[in-house]
Amino acid sequence: MSIPSDLKYTKSHEWARLEADGTVTVGITHHAQELLGDMVYVENPAVGRQLAAGEECAVVESVKAASDVYAPLAGEVVAANEAVADSPEAINQDAYAAWMFKLKPANPADVASLLDAAAYGALVESEAH
Amino acid sequence: MLKQTPLNSVHRATGARMVDFGGWDMPVNYGSQIEEHHQVRRDAGMFDVCHMLVVDVTGAGIRDFLRHLLANNIDKLQTPGKALYSCMLNPAGGVIDDLIVYFMREDWFRIVVNAGTAEKDVAWMERQRAAATAQLCIQPRRDLAMIAVQGPNAREKVWQAIPGSRAATESLKPFQAAEFAQYFIGRTGYTGEDGFEVMLPAPEAADFWNKLNGLGVAPIGLGARDTLRLEAGMNLYGQDMGEDVNPLEAGLAWTIDLKSPRDFIGKAALQAKPAKMQMLGLVLLDKGVLRGHQKVATPHGAGEITSGSFSPTLNQSIAFAHLPLAVAVGDTVQVEIRDKLLNAKVVRPPFARNGQAMV
Repeated sequence: MSIPSDLKYTKSHEWARLEADGTVTVGITHHAQELLGDMVYVENPAVGRQLAAGEECAVVESVKAASDVYAPLAGEVVAANEAVADSPEAINQDAYAAWMFKLKPANPADVASLLDAAAYGALVESEAH
Repeated sequence: MLKQTPLNSVHRATGARMVDFGGWDMPVNYGSQIEEHHQVRRDAGMFDVCHMLVVDVTGAGIRDFLRHLLANNIDKLQTPGKALYSCMLNPAGGVIDDLIVYFMREDWFRIVVNAGTAEKDVAWMERQRAAATAQLCIQPRRDLAMIAVQGPNAREKVWQAIPGSRAATESLKPFQAAEFAQYFIGRTGYTGEDGFEVMLPAPEAADFWNKLNGLGVAPIGLGARDTLRLEAGMNLYGQDMGEDVNPLEAGLAWTIDLKSPRDFIGKAALQAKPAKMQMLGLVLLDKGVLRGHQKVATPHGAGEITSGSFSPTLNQSIAFAHLPLAVAVGDTVQVEIRDKLLNAKVVRPPFARNGQAMV
């Protein structure tokens, strides 16, 4: 369950999914929520904000710690998930269903440069040792 | 190489998430730390506190020695088994450690100190012993394990786990301990709930832990231990107090006996520097999470959070803050979080105890 093969990933533990309409949906991975523990606060970027690839754009806070979320690729924020901001524990329940925001990528081809499930799995594995 | 308690392999087998806590490999949670928190407030949970150090002080002249060593007044302890919370100060009035001391007999007092400060504490006690004429012995007891069982049903579970212990411990008042067979059972803790802290020979720790678990006592990690103690209004050494903090500004004045003629280490320094700040609680009114070191803006000057987290009982973020003396309970102050100023209400801790919200 922990690393779906249809998603793309970043080294900073975000997942990204290219949608049929050309937007990219972003969240944090199952592994990331496991490290952080019980989520109690989510701060999403404002709709309309232009993000550079790798820019700090959101925050998730667990009881234990605050953690920045980075833009997987450059683009404009076109939606933010209010439901997750209201119920941050949804990320613990299913990190891949509890998306945080959607981007309209500046360059849709950038998606291909993200990690695939196998590469992300290897990264998680290497961090565990 | 991290130090391990006698329960290390039990935690790992249970799937605990382990962290480096002051050089010890300790469980931070076994799943959801919020669930663990509620388990303690509503039923019973157990904590591996073997990393803390038991120090036995035995011999002659102990009372005189502790009158000088500790900021709280050891003469409050007259009934065998009674315990006292105290700071051990340096000559400048800073806190070397906070500890619990149990009076068992005139020739035996038992002290429990924090894990991270244990070596420093024993060295300091030894130095003071050598400077005094007291004929006493300071003995660290790494041969003992300590398990805290906390929650409204905790005492009942301990009585079930240790047959015969009920008669020996049922009449114990809070902050009182008794021996039973190979067990030392104190009605103390760090959660704001009823319960016991049980000391026993280290080789028996895993069996006792498993027996409690079989009785429905859930293992609780350091994550929930922190939110429980924060709700209960209890300071954490290294965050809310330390060698560079005036204890009179850290909510510890109630433990520092400046009234009696008795002299103790740090007394003169504290008398020479009256408190300019105070420790109070904050409840965040806006969305977010209060954390240590965040700046607090008040009409009377700046303050700073020393410990902050999310309160599972209140379902809001709470904190201890070091604030100017003119700030009063009921005031609204502003906390700077990532360049935003968020509103927080000033309250007097505790935030929650015995399963109930207090603010």
